[in-house]
Amino acid sequence: MNVDAGTLAAIRLTVQLAGLTTLCLLIIATPLAWWLARSKSRWRVPVGALVTLPLVLPPSVLGFYLLLALGPEGPLGQLTQALGWGVLSFTFTGLLIGSIFYSLPFAVQPMQHAFEAMGDRPMEVAATLRARPVDAFFSVALPLARPGIATAAILGFAHTVGEFGVVLMIGGNIPGRTRVVSTEIYGHVEAMEYAQAHVLSAGMLIFSFVVLLALARIRRSWGRVPS
Amino acid sequence: MSVSATEGEALAEGIELRFTLPRTGFDLEVDLRLPARGITVLHGPSGSGKTSVLRCVAGLERPHNGYVRIGDQIWQDDRRGHFLPTWRRALGYVFQEASLFEHLDVRANLHFGLRRDSDSRARQSLAEAIELLGIGHLLGRAPHALSGGERQRIAIARALAARPRVLLLDEPLSAIDHSRRQEILPWLERMRDELEMPMIHVTHSADEVARLATYLVVLEAGRVKASGAVAGVLSSLDLPVVVGEDAAALLEGELLERDVAWHLARVGFAGGSLWVADGGLPLGRRVRLRVLARDVSITTQEPGYTSIQNHVRGVVESMAGDVHPSQVLVRLRCGDSVLLARVTRRAMASLELGPGRPVWAQVKSVALVQ
Repeated sequence: MNVDAGTLAAIRLTVQLAGLTTLCLLIIATPLAWWLARSKSRWRVPVGALVTLPLVLPPSVLGFYLLLALGPEGPLGQLTQALGWGVLSFTFTGLLIGSIFYSLPFAVQPMQHAFEAMGDRPMEVAATLRARPVDAFFSVALPLARPGIATAAILGFAHTVGEFGVVLMIGGNIPGRTRVVSTEIYGHVEAMEYAQAHVLSAGMLIFSFVVLLALARIRRSWGRVPS
Repeated sequence: MSVSATEGEALAEGIELRFTLPRTGFDLEVDLRLPARGITVLHGPSGSGKTSVLRCVAGLERPHNGYVRIGDQIWQDDRRGHFLPTWRRALGYVFQEASLFEHLDVRANLHFGLRRDSDSRARQSLAEAIELLGIGHLLGRAPHALSGGERQRIAIARALAARPRVLLLDEPLSAIDHSRRQEILPWLERMRDELEMPMIHVTHSADEVARLATYLVVLEAGRVKASGAVAGVLSSLDLPVVVGEDAAALLEGELLERDVAWHLARVGFAGGSLWVADGGLPLGRRVRLRVLARDVSITTQEPGYTSIQNHVRGVVESMAGDVHPSQVLVRLRCGDSVLLARVTRRAMASLELGPGRPVWAQVKSVALVQ
């Protein structure tokens, strides 16, 4: 069983992409989930549906529109060029943006559920103890939503590792730059290199299984704490 | 009706609440002045708006046409567009169910408000609260390792530690099973008697009214049906929430003497005295007696050969129909105190009872509520 440099590069890139995506997701999805869980705005439902869209949309459709938006003629592409960042399609950054959209519902939903299950009470209690809203959010709401946040991070990471369609559409499968494990496997199979495909596929299988085990463990150990 | 409030000085510096809060079914409308010390009990059936009053005081709800003043602090004045958010109000709030932060241990829960209080006296007040509520041995525990009564005592201490101007208690005993309530009631009494701070306590329990209230506000469907010093409100005859099976008078008195041979103790009150079962309290102790109307009968002569040992001299003040048409509720003035008696209409007619008639009240049983 030989692991070549290309495979290693693909694994490294995958981990990088998934890690950065998870970080960005936590930053973006936490306030978004909070707003979705607490807001009484009439925009809540449409925004919620929009965030959930990648869950049901074929990844190729999402990838296609992102490709258009990020491309030289697209609105985001125009913006990034005006800012001097160049065109982001077929780059790692483009891939990162695509992954964030693609995995967003997987990060938002567990957090939103955690915030909803918490109810208004903890924030009210915090307010009666002199905590201003931002303070209460960080000192009460976030710690209480810990299981939801951990679930969001794990799902976001795992889902990004497993993405294929979006990567292919915006990334272009360029070795060392946008070629990740899932597209590497596809490449091996296309080239009839079943041995290499096996190594990576089995790795993904084990990884996914471990992720699900970890999730179950989180639910068991933190689920007991009423929140 | 409204029992006139004559607390005078205390009210001038006390609490003033005026607001309207639309709710499904009815509007909550409140216009109250409450004393600066002691426990004001908000009493009424569930759904009468008691909790909403507390939430408006705390700023957790925003009522209309609101005016909320606690002593010299104005928390809401809609005429001037003034509304302080909850976190800027110096209040303590104890919620109905245990509201400890589950991710923090007891000590961290108690320090939560403290850390946000810039005043150096806060630490001192926490130490006092821990002492007052007897929770020093629980500091290292996690909230889920505590009994319901312990949780509420810690929630109360946490509220007190923030040095509030008013302590708001929303049925803090209702989520605790009956036998465990005794874990908390004595602490609340102690707070009432020792703290220079008003408390507003919401409850639908007549027992808690009898034990805790110094001032009573009766709410029904969002309206204030009566408010005033507790003994006066409890003995007014036209209050549907007070009158009923549990109609009772409340007497404040002092333990005067003890009859060791018969295990009895005599409690004197303004207008007479009553023998009660000796509970071992020291002589001189201030106590409260609750006398149910159904345990009081009336005679027009001093009773002689009877098993009922407690006789109090009084004058019929007024009478009102009771729940059942066969019965009337009689309000007796005994010195400065008031007793309620439930008698049949036939007895009323044959004894020719009417306002001004001097009578003897026979009290069959008395409950010491403290």
